[in-house]
Amino acid sequence: MLLNALSRFVDPEVRERVSRLELSFNAHGVDRFGVSQPHLAVFYTVLAALYRRYFHVRAHGLANVPARGRAMLVGNHSGGIAFDGAMVATAMLLDLEPPRIAHAMSEKFLNTLPLSSIWINRVGHLTGLPENAVRLLEDERLLLVYPEGARGTAKLYKDRHSLVRFGSGFMRLALKTGSPIIPVATLGGGEAVPTVTNLYSVAKLVGAPYLPITPWLLPLPLPVRFDLHFGEPMHFTGTGTEEDEVIDRYVGQVKDKIAGLIAAGRELR
Amino acid sequence: MRVLIPGIAGALGQRVALRLRDAGHAVVGIDVRPWPSAPQGLEVHAVDIRKRAAEDVFRRFRPECVVHLATVTHLRSVSDEQLRVNLGGTRAVFDHAVTYGVKQVVFVGRHTFYGAAADSPLYHTEEEPPLEVARFPELADLVAADLFAGSTLWRHPEIDTAVLRLVYTLGPSHHGTLGGYLSRPRVPTVLGFDPLFHFMSEDDAARAIVASVERRIRGVFNVAGPPPATLSGIIRSAGRREVPIPEPLFRWVLGRFGLVRLPNGAVDHLKFPVVVDARAFQKATGFAFEHDVDEAIRLFRAGDV
Repeated sequence: MLLNALSRFVDPEVRERVSRLELSFNAHGVDRFGVSQPHLAVFYTVLAALYRRYFHVRAHGLANVPARGRAMLVGNHSGGIAFDGAMVATAMLLDLEPPRIAHAMSEKFLNTLPLSSIWINRVGHLTGLPENAVRLLEDERLLLVYPEGARGTAKLYKDRHSLVRFGSGFMRLALKTGSPIIPVATLGGGEAVPTVTNLYSVAKLVGAPYLPITPWLLPLPLPVRFDLHFGEPMHFTGTGTEEDEVIDRYVGQVKDKIAGLIAAGRELR
Repeated sequence: MRVLIPGIAGALGQRVALRLRDAGHAVVGIDVRPWPSAPQGLEVHAVDIRKRAAEDVFRRFRPECVVHLATVTHLRSVSDEQLRVNLGGTRAVFDHAVTYGVKQVVFVGRHTFYGAAADSPLYHTEEEPPLEVARFPELADLVAADLFAGSTLWRHPEIDTAVLRLVYTLGPSHHGTLGGYLSRPRVPTVLGFDPLFHFMSEDDAARAIVASVERRIRGVFNVAGPPPATLSGIIRSAGRREVPIPEPLFRWVLGRFGLVRLPNGAVDHLKFPVVVDARAFQKATGFAFEHDVDEAIRLFRAGDV
């Protein structure tokens, strides 16, 4: 019912691009992972408005994202809310040819909440488990990964262009599945939601890792331009069972590459 | 081949029996439920698999293969007696199989073995352990039966045991877990949740079971047909009306207002998906489904009165 009501407001461009996704949908418009065409159309109508008219996103280097086949988009976080991830995913649908769905991995608690459970799954964000990630990649999908995790979105305004510690799980996943890594730097998130401090004890009450406080208290975003910079694919070979030192070295290479894209991107702003 | 089918009178048992008979096998069945329309010459013994009389059938018929279909999964309310039938019956089947030299046993279990939880992988493989059994006692008995059947692979290597974890089945009989759940015009769901449901037509399920007999597979296999569909989509296609109920009220509302009664543990199965990876089975048997999601639902609707 809710979906039918919302479907009336779907952006025709979004509808057309969703219809061109190279996924196998059943007669109900749902694919084998539960991704649903009607839900995608509504969800990306909202994100497309933010992408085109609010953040005025510019995507650079889209040719580095493979048109087909498995790949991992690995990016940086900045800003108290992960608009960076949402804009990268929107770029994949609106500006990539042919359009693709970027699958992010979601927090388990989002899957336990009514409505959130439906939407998070129908737009392609499965619970963050290695098994789900491997299966999506083996199905030749595009995975969106932020190895900084919540540490990244908790960055303060002054640290917006820096990178915090990267987890290493994504690298073992890339090696195990033989997936190329596309480094992607997002600039603008930190300016849109400038965090001056984080509240941790209050956040615990609602089960969130932190609560970002902006100069206007609430983490509502400013209409700041976002720049997305996609780097050349990085290929690593291995099995995913390598020693930590080897993995950490590879992770360092990806982190350096993203730091380089951020630095180069700042010159252009 | 001489094939004995405990649980022959169920919708699936009847189909498997007819297919095996048509393929030239000698088929005998055991079931406490009647099969009034059983074709002539097809012997059905109305005995409880756990009772002595069932052993007599093994001794007289000397089956070479047993297709054990006398298991149930409970997305509906059941008695204590039904709670025990899976493990008790399965143990009896394997005991008699060992005693009377059966060469091949196909245990037909359910994919609900894996449990439904917010943090479980979307697609389950055969290597995974069962989850969330503690919250669904009705399922614990099925899990125990499945694991017991699987242990026969090393306890009795002389028997080719196949443990099948079959997705829900739908067909004109309206039998089975999903069929029972969808049987009434109004179908209760948990408000704000719409899990993927994995199911196949009864015909496809019967063909898969027959394939496992004829290919004489050994091991534990997930069995599925087309990719899963959303519960709301299934309800709509089945011509039913979805009645979303807020979770705190769910248990109170069930069994009233013309809604089906469900056990407490089933709530998670209406919130989270149980979906399986059936590639190993397809590889071992060459099985390919014939009925897609809509065709399976159409066959189900053909049974509406």
